[in-house]
Amino acid sequence: MATLSVTEDCEQLRKAFAGWGTNEGLIISILAHRNAAQIKSIRQTYAQTYGEDLLKDLNKELSNDFERVVLLWTLDPAERDAFLANEATKRLTSSNQVLVEIACTRTSQQLLLAKQAYHARFKRSLEEDVAYHTSGDFRKLLVPLVGTYRYEGEEVNMTLAKSEAKILHEKISEKAYNHEDVIRILATRSKAQINATLNHYKNEFGNDINKDLKTDPKDEFLAILRATVKCLTRPEKYFEKVLRLAINKRGTDEGALTRVVTTRAEIDMKIIKEEYHKRNSVTLDHAIGKDTTGDYEKMLLALIGHGDA
Amino acid sequence: MMEVKKATILVASIKRRKKKTNEEGRKIMSSPNESRTLAKAFSGILGVDEKSMLEILVKWHPEDLTTFRNENSSIFLKDKYFLFERWQDYHIAFLVKEFLRFQDVVVQWTMHPWERDARMARKALDGHPQTYGLLIELACTRSSDELLGARKAYLSLYGESIEEDVASRVEGIERQLLVALVSTYRYEGSRINDVAVRSEAIKLGITINRHGDKKKLFKDEEIVRILATRSKPHLKAVFKCYKETFNKNIEEDLDEPSLKDIIYCLYAPPMYFSKILDSAMKANANENEKEALSRVIVTRANVDMKDIAEEYDRQYKTPLTQKIEDVALGNYKDFLVTLVQRSLPKGSD
Repeated sequence: MATLSVTEDCEQLRKAFAGWGTNEGLIISILAHRNAAQIKSIRQTYAQTYGEDLLKDLNKELSNDFERVVLLWTLDPAERDAFLANEATKRLTSSNQVLVEIACTRTSQQLLLAKQAYHARFKRSLEEDVAYHTSGDFRKLLVPLVGTYRYEGEEVNMTLAKSEAKILHEKISEKAYNHEDVIRILATRSKAQINATLNHYKNEFGNDINKDLKTDPKDEFLAILRATVKCLTRPEKYFEKVLRLAINKRGTDEGALTRVVTTRAEIDMKIIKEEYHKRNSVTLDHAIGKDTTGDYEKMLLALIGHGDA
Repeated sequence: MMEVKKATILVASIKRRKKKTNEEGRKIMSSPNESRTLAKAFSGILGVDEKSMLEILVKWHPEDLTTFRNENSSIFLKDKYFLFERWQDYHIAFLVKEFLRFQDVVVQWTMHPWERDARMARKALDGHPQTYGLLIELACTRSSDELLGARKAYLSLYGESIEEDVASRVEGIERQLLVALVSTYRYEGSRINDVAVRSEAIKLGITINRHGDKKKLFKDEEIVRILATRSKPHLKAVFKCYKETFNKNIEEDLDEPSLKDIIYCLYAPPMYFSKILDSAMKANANENEKEALSRVIVTRANVDMKDIAEEYDRQYKTPLTQKIEDVALGNYKDFLVTLVQRSLPKGSD
């Protein structure tokens, strides 16, 4: 049985679509302030009450950037990741970076749920689509990254950290960036272990590994390796950078902005906002306010304030 | 004439038995039959005959044991200097293993399937290269959720992921494919893409035939992609299309044992399992091969034992339960035979 508030939400949303045009403000005021579990309830009740999928109605009634942010937000986190990952494998919207982002910033459990949602929605596995749509070094890295089910404990083997830091340094010095061992270490070790290894790397060899991986700024594979490292070790810094680049880009990269906001709103947006403020001297709210308009802007701002609501 | 002779001999032997005494004048309790049975009970290659041991040994007196020891030089060594019979060292070690076989199968059977598979994977990694077959078996015959469960159990038991261990410990050319196989979470629905099936069958054919040294296939990008990420129904369709296109079974062209095993495990596990069951029961099987008997029956009893038994019968012209009866002994044998029989339809062997 739906609670009174869920029933009310459904009625309001239905009203928002009624008649000419759409009451976007109403949509924002409801959906932006509900968490994933609540949205799931709303979708179920909406379907039972009106015989239609809320997402289909949203799809019909909304347009462009606003539609996309509402749609992504309304999807359950696992479905959202599956949707974004699938998009990232398609030729026109392909993005190795998004695949790395999803594979490396999610917990093992979240990634597993995304893979299950992927089976259900696309009738194929994430691994097979990633493998099919990539090749060479990218495939060698990305398939293991999406396939892994990392150990999530904090225990670290210091001897191993030292020896693997040495291996990484050796291969990087030889410019063997696609070496099996580099990929193995990044794709299978636990995040705690990788952190320990990279700390040791810096202590022993002087530089952050990403500095050593910047030898050719145009090399796409190196860029993906650096993103992998960053996502695994400092996700909040990674997301701050994606947001900064999206906002500063001429015309704004709404795709990236929407993706980061909807996927992190319930996870670590607070930390990302702090990071953003530290790095950019203005708040994220301010930056989004300046860079976007209308309902899209309103929805984003509501979502990034979500943690505080 | 013959009958009279036989009867005479028989009477004489009975008389002899009744009157048999040893040098000290004590009566010998054991019969030649019992000695033979006991020798067999101690020498099984798959388990020990606990029942016979119990029934016979408790009746015997020291002189019976002495006679037994003297009559079985494969088990006991006569110390010519001190004049006593001692157990052959290798036989004691052998016997320990054989007694443990029942314990082992009981523990395995009682264990959670996830833990069982995780321990199997760990064992494969601790062993010599030839036990990588266990990794293939695990990665390819289990359902997606069973494999996932094994991976979770592995994390729980060892504090490491199975893929990180496979990636760091497997050193040969098989590494990349093995890591991919243990890491995959295959789609399990029946939906397949016919265009992809056809193109992949052809791709496989071209790739396989391009390499004389089939071992090189382990590192081929497309072989890894297709075998490690495609769903099993898709792969079944690919192998079928391969046969139709090239007129040969893909496993024939993949002239490399591990690759062959991968194919069988993926699309026809009963064929793979029936083959390793048979190697487990052959006369000169090594310990790794023998262990497969417990492992296969325990892990498949609730899955596809019926199909495996049928395949075994078809391939080796003997019912599986019959073969186990012939080569195994004691509680171990009874346990296995019962597990196999449980899965067979009533009234069959």
